[in-house]
Amino acid sequence: MHVPDGFIDAPTSAVTGVVAAGALAVSLRGARRELDERTAPLAGLVAAFIFAVQMLNFPVAAGTSGHLLGGALAAILVGPYTGVLCVSVVLLMQGVLFADGGLTALGVNITDMAIVTTVVSYAVFRVLLAVLPRGRRSVTVASFVAALVSVPAAAVAFTLIYAAGGTTDVAIGKVATAMIGVHVLIGIGEAVITALTVGAVVAVRPDLVHGARGLQQRLKLRVDGALVDAPAPTAPVAARTSRRTLWVTGLVASLVLAGFVSFYASANPDGLEKVAHDKGIDKNARKHAASDSPLADYGVKDVSDARLSGGLAGVIGVGVTVVAGSAVFWAVRRRRTADASPASTLNTGV
Amino acid sequence: MGAGHAHRLYRHGHSPVHALPPHTKLAAAFAFVVVVVSTPREAMWAFAVYAVLLAYVARHARVPAPFLLKRLLIEVPFVAFAVLMPFVAEGERVHVLGLSLSLNGLWGAWNVLAKGTLGVAVSVLLAATTELRELLLGLQRLKLPPLLVQIASFMIRYGDVITDEMRRMRIARESRGFEARGVRHWGVLAKSAGALFIRSYERGERVHLAMVSRGYAGSMPVIDEVTASRAQWSYALALPCTALVVCLLGWAL
Amino acid sequence: MGPVSTASLEVSGLAFAYPDGHQALFGVDFSIGRGERVALLGPNGAGKTTLVLHLNGILGGGTGTVTVAGLPVGKRHMAAIRQKVGIVFQDPDDQLFMPTVREDVAFGPAASGIKGAALEERVRTALERVGMADFADRPPHHLSFGQRRRVAVATVLAMEPEILVLDEPSSNLDPASRRELADILRSLDVTVLMVTHDLPYALELCPRSLILSDGVIAADGPTGELLCDDTLMRAHRLELPFGFDPKSVTMGA
Repeated sequence: MHVPDGFIDAPTSAVTGVVAAGALAVSLRGARRELDERTAPLAGLVAAFIFAVQMLNFPVAAGTSGHLLGGALAAILVGPYTGVLCVSVVLLMQGVLFADGGLTALGVNITDMAIVTTVVSYAVFRVLLAVLPRGRRSVTVASFVAALVSVPAAAVAFTLIYAAGGTTDVAIGKVATAMIGVHVLIGIGEAVITALTVGAVVAVRPDLVHGARGLQQRLKLRVDGALVDAPAPTAPVAARTSRRTLWVTGLVASLVLAGFVSFYASANPDGLEKVAHDKGIDKNARKHAASDSPLADYGVKDVSDARLSGGLAGVIGVGVTVVAGSAVFWAVRRRRTADASPASTLNTGV
Repeated sequence: MGAGHAHRLYRHGHSPVHALPPHTKLAAAFAFVVVVVSTPREAMWAFAVYAVLLAYVARHARVPAPFLLKRLLIEVPFVAFAVLMPFVAEGERVHVLGLSLSLNGLWGAWNVLAKGTLGVAVSVLLAATTELRELLLGLQRLKLPPLLVQIASFMIRYGDVITDEMRRMRIARESRGFEARGVRHWGVLAKSAGALFIRSYERGERVHLAMVSRGYAGSMPVIDEVTASRAQWSYALALPCTALVVCLLGWAL
Repeated sequence: MGPVSTASLEVSGLAFAYPDGHQALFGVDFSIGRGERVALLGPNGAGKTTLVLHLNGILGGGTGTVTVAGLPVGKRHMAAIRQKVGIVFQDPDDQLFMPTVREDVAFGPAASGIKGAALEERVRTALERVGMADFADRPPHHLSFGQRRRVAVATVLAMEPEILVLDEPSSNLDPASRRELADILRSLDVTVLMVTHDLPYALELCPRSLILSDGVIAADGPTGELLCDDTLMRAHRLELPFGFDPKSVTMGA
């Protein structure tokens, strides 16, 4: 499902890029809360695990085989924030190193495969755990359902993104049917494997299953091959308010940018509409919500050639979004280095 | 997907492209793809020019064409998808050899193929001329959050270690006469995956311990500061800038 | 046993219980003079690793004190302590977490704020001392196990520690690598505390040994004498390898 370049138009790619950047910023914060200063090595190792496990082939029949996508597995095993980070890093590396998924489609891919799968599966998992009776079997059942739902959910997300910015005019109904149909099948495989894997981990080291921590009386850590209780977890130093500010800032920035860019998106006649226009088949005259937006006639006036100015606007729009996205990251980064505290290492896992 | 070993993607060399600082290459590659994606699909000649530009870069980087073309194969699943487009897309239809094809679909297929292929080619060139380590430094330099870079670098460092553990587990399974042949054997495979997760996680804990023992307090010390001169920047950005001119012409013409 | 006026390491009355109530250390007392090489012997579960993790303050919170070169281990001096106590962990893959050998060796000094030429100098000397200078730019996972262990020692030497603590240094090494490592350790002029099961190796390298059993130091004396004391050895589940007679070995201390 790695989307290549050119599949989704530039403005939508940019919007999803901003969404992905925002979600990553929140996840970086959240992962610190889940894993404190152990975040880098643990998340790195889990990412390596996800990467490896994607190569583990599960034979289906007659020479065909499937493999795990890992979003749900990551969310259940290490928690949603770390899960998002791990899958995103895997996607980033696949994009940059293996050309698997386009560079400009990175936002789409991360939103779709890292964020949607992880968040949906974790939400489903927690809800089910709350409803089901406490026990290992419930964890397995909940993992099954969570993984089952997560894959078609990603397909739905993809369909929505496609509806917003697909470069080809395929009826959304068709896309949805095809995507969701196929992914329900994939989801079944994913669900079986995820449930079995989580079951295997719960049987041996239930303490390592983030989603099942409620089952433990206390956290356990392995020391010297023996299991011992960890000291009571202390609250992380990061202040609550700063987290809320971060959330709000991220959200507002994403919304503003999303609005901004999508105004552009609809103000800027994309290739498809251009064809439609040239061919005179644009009869039902799509009404642009943004045709009277201040941006629509800003800048376009100065350049007489509408297409050129449209192109310019498109490129500038993408550029602005990229810059803004980096600015969000930059701000977060600054903030983190500012409050990076020499957290006590006495209560970390040994 | 994404199989294969990371270091096999890199082609050792001393070309001017290899010598460029990694962050300039990353920025150039990204800008180039953005420009390509923003180009109207009707400007077919523009894509041809892009392809020529990339071929020129590849020549400069002494990346042989067979290598590049072989790596492009990763795109095949999408070619299949693109081929379907003319059949399912809406809009005006044309009849070729008795097949009813959608004009929009044809454009769409062309669009995805052209832009996707160029995108893959850029990534392949980037990976072929930049060492893994350098890529990470470049990402760091481009202000990717350091934690993310650290996670990526741990992933790359231990990717091989873990794949190796996975391979050893497979050998252990097979030497006891087990071979996964169908859905019935998923349980066993999933148990291996579970064991692999536990090993990975525990290794993560031990790595953390080793880091703390050498003075780690939450942030990675900067060991290599990569810098780029103005000349290097302009050299790297020549590619996307040329592409931008082509793109603007594509819109204008 | 030299006078302890310039003790590198002093441990007194160290007791520690894990939060679940399991007590691992019951009042450990010993001191190691500067430049000494001492082996810490003991059966599994004696508390060896627990003790080691106290030396650089990863574990703490029990009673008793650990002093490194006159500096008490505690939160106040944590950075200095971690620089002074260099721990080489058992699995070099855990210890070598950076993408290249050079960066891994640089990690510790860089974390303590050393930069530029001074950092390069540290890295070069440390690698030279373990004979791995030619491998600086290699990724750790491309090295043999013995080479990785030597680099692991270098990562710690680069921090110029007061005391080098090695956890099972000879495990998984073939005889040649074992010999090379012994030569390296003998050539170093730092204080060494070597935690091991490998009694011949202890005898070869360390003039003095401590036996940790049931959370206390059960014996402290010249390695040869301890190994020859059959009742003592049997009481603490320490066994010499088949055919090895410590009396027949003459070691220049």
